[in-house]
Amino acid sequence: MYDAPHYTERDVAQTDTKISAKGVQVYYGDTHAIKDVDVEIADKTVTAFIGPSGCGKSTFLRCLNRMNDTIDICRVQGDILLDGEDIYDRRVDPVQLRAKVGMVFQKPNPFPKSIYDNIAYGPRIHGLAKNKADLDVIVEKSLRRGAIWDEVKDRLQAPGTGLSGGQQQRLCIARAVATEPEVLLMDEPCSALDPIATAQVEELIDELRRDYSVVIVTHSMQQAARVSQKTAFFHLGNLVEYDDTSKIFTNPEDPRTESYITGRIG
Amino acid sequence: MPLLWLIGIVLAIAVAGYVIGRKRALDSAGGDPRNLHSLPSYYGSNVAMKVVVPSVLVLLVWLIVQPIYVGSVVSGALPDRAIADGSSRDLVMAEVRRTADGLNNAVAQGIMTDEEARDMRADFTDVTQRLKDAGQIVTSEVTQPILNAAQQFRAMNATGAIAMAIVVTLLAIGGLLWGLKESEKDFRARNTVEQGVKALLIAAASIAVLTTVGIVLSLIFNTYEFFKLYPWYEFFFGTTWSPSFSGRGGSSELGIIPLLWGTLYISIVALAVAVPIGLFAAIYLSEYAGPKVRAVAKPLLEVLAGIPTIVYGLFALLTVGPMLVSVFGKEGLGIMQSGTAVMTAGLVMGIMLIPFVSSLSDDIINAVPQAMRDGSYGLGATKSETIKQVVLPAALPGIVGAILLAASRAIGETMIVVLGAGAAARLSLNPFEAMTTVTAKIVSQLTGDADFASPEALVAFALGMTLFVITLGLNIFALYIVRKYREQYE
Ligand SMILES: Nc1ncnc2c1ncn2[C@@H]1O[C@H](COP(=O)(O)OP(=O)(O)OP(=O)(O)O)[C@@H](O)[C@H]1O
Ligand SMILES: [Mg+2]
Repeated sequence: MYDAPHYTERDVAQTDTKISAKGVQVYYGDTHAIKDVDVEIADKTVTAFIGPSGCGKSTFLRCLNRMNDTIDICRVQGDILLDGEDIYDRRVDPVQLRAKVGMVFQKPNPFPKSIYDNIAYGPRIHGLAKNKADLDVIVEKSLRRGAIWDEVKDRLQAPGTGLSGGQQQRLCIARAVATEPEVLLMDEPCSALDPIATAQVEELIDELRRDYSVVIVTHSMQQAARVSQKTAFFHLGNLVEYDDTSKIFTNPEDPRTESYITGRIG
Repeated sequence: MPLLWLIGIVLAIAVAGYVIGRKRALDSAGGDPRNLHSLPSYYGSNVAMKVVVPSVLVLLVWLIVQPIYVGSVVSGALPDRAIADGSSRDLVMAEVRRTADGLNNAVAQGIMTDEEARDMRADFTDVTQRLKDAGQIVTSEVTQPILNAAQQFRAMNATGAIAMAIVVTLLAIGGLLWGLKESEKDFRARNTVEQGVKALLIAAASIAVLTTVGIVLSLIFNTYEFFKLYPWYEFFFGTTWSPSFSGRGGSSELGIIPLLWGTLYISIVALAVAVPIGLFAAIYLSEYAGPKVRAVAKPLLEVLAGIPTIVYGLFALLTVGPMLVSVFGKEGLGIMQSGTAVMTAGLVMGIMLIPFVSSLSDDIINAVPQAMRDGSYGLGATKSETIKQVVLPAALPGIVGAILLAASRAIGETMIVVLGAGAAARLSLNPFEAMTTVTAKIVSQLTGDADFASPEALVAFALGMTLFVITLGLNIFALYIVRKYREQYE
């Protein structure tokens, strides 16, 4: 299915490229969902994926941490390199990969556990905390970064599934941040948030950028413009245009990009 | 036959009512269904409903009340001299019924004319012989009072049947007219039909509930009878079970403790087999197996659930028992006397319960949303971590329910115990000894020829009642567990 690449030495020039995808094709059964996409995602930057609904943003995002492996009918072809290493290589353990490339899903999916256990789940699995006090610190820090600490600090033992939709979304952000991933993939993380929480999450994204690289899918042009340095525009499974955010929003090359950001398609 | 005819007539009227009512409603709206309050078929259904419901209700009530009424009138009219010494009014009434049936059959076969059957007298004609000639069962000489009563019985029943046919048909026609009168465009036929459907559903639900209540009441009543004959504290706290088979010996010891212990012990062994195997099988099938394996393995596993328990019993008696003896018996470890033992029955019952646990758990595990697993994988969890920490906790209430259901089955199981565990009521800790359970003893107490009014037979009801209370408690406990976890997880 997947053609093994023949990169033997570490990739040469681009030291600050975190993820590099070349010729990626994704099929769901017979549906061709992603068509020949090339993208270089830089380290310590925020990359935004925009595009009309159903164009394949989530699908492509899920390729980056091999979440598509869990879908039986999904096939991925092409090369995706993380720090120069092929993530679809046989030797790569998808479990370790996902610890490095964290993900916030489009639909909030808190575990049916307490708020505390939701956040502590990743750190416990990866042994990030030496003791209970350590874990408490991680949980508090993550909840603060997810802009939800004040709302839940008095009910950490309450079930995470009992939170409102927007709170669940922030809980999932906090949960993903708690494992300290190198790359954070966020699929519409603010779709259910009010302007204040949105601003807090955007602040978090900006803060994460200092150490990590962040990929965010969004339907809000303003948000893409505000938080990202690079923007990729997808349309019908094709990557139409990929460039600096300022360039995409002021001077797009492709007419489809222009019509989309000015609200004519999608 | 006339009853079938009557029902046929009512149904025919209903069908006609449906067609005519529908048409009438349409006509009243000028042929345009949009001017009607409801769809045309609702008007038809409304008429059919008005035809069927009152007439069938009356029919049912009539069918129940008429025999009771006729019986009591005839029995009241029986002169005292017709009742021989050592007999009773009930026995004589049975005789009367039999004679009436005999007369009916003889008339139906054309051996007697209707007038003959109605007017003949025992002192002139040899009724007994003639009935016997007609191939009817006659136990003793038909005397004049009995013949009179039988004739009265027949006459009243015949009149009743005719009256019933007339009343029911009139009701059906009345319903038809009423329904047809209503069938015009502004009538809210949909709402009426909805009400009717609702009433039907309520009736079905009440029948289910009332039956349960009836069963429980009969249990309670008979248990009460038993405790009038046998002290309750000896039943609940007695540690010996040795009914005397002669019936009224008065030397029976009917302590439930050894039986309860046997039930509990065998169930525990069974669950210890079924729960781990079933649960692991469910996890494998739902999380690891590919679609092909699943498509083959799941139905195969469910075949286990379709095997009649008597077959499991044979399996226990002929295969598992001897096998265990060869390992633990005299040749081997020497702790097992014979093939029938707690272990034999428990193991086989456990095998029987595997599909219950696995099939239900599998469905429940499959119902855990994929998003939950994705969330865990997305954080870098492995498959087994995900199953252990996310999928199983989410599925836990359902799994507990499945296990408790299996426990109820284990407690109520009879055949495997009878064949696998033996019939000795014993209080012992050794799982290689023969023991028996409550259900197995209920069977043996009722299959003998003991008098049904003796404590030895009535004890079956007390045992059944105890079993019922235990299973009920188990179910309530299951509900409580499920609810508690649900509160925590939703
Ligand atoms: N599990 C799946 N099975 C089959 N087809 C799928 C599956 N997931 C996505 N697709 C198809 O792949 C295409 C891309 O879907 P994707 O979810 O990536 O869109 P998206 O850009 O994220 O849309 P949105 O903005 O609405 O989230 C769609 O046509 C969709 O129907
Ligand atoms: Mg999406």
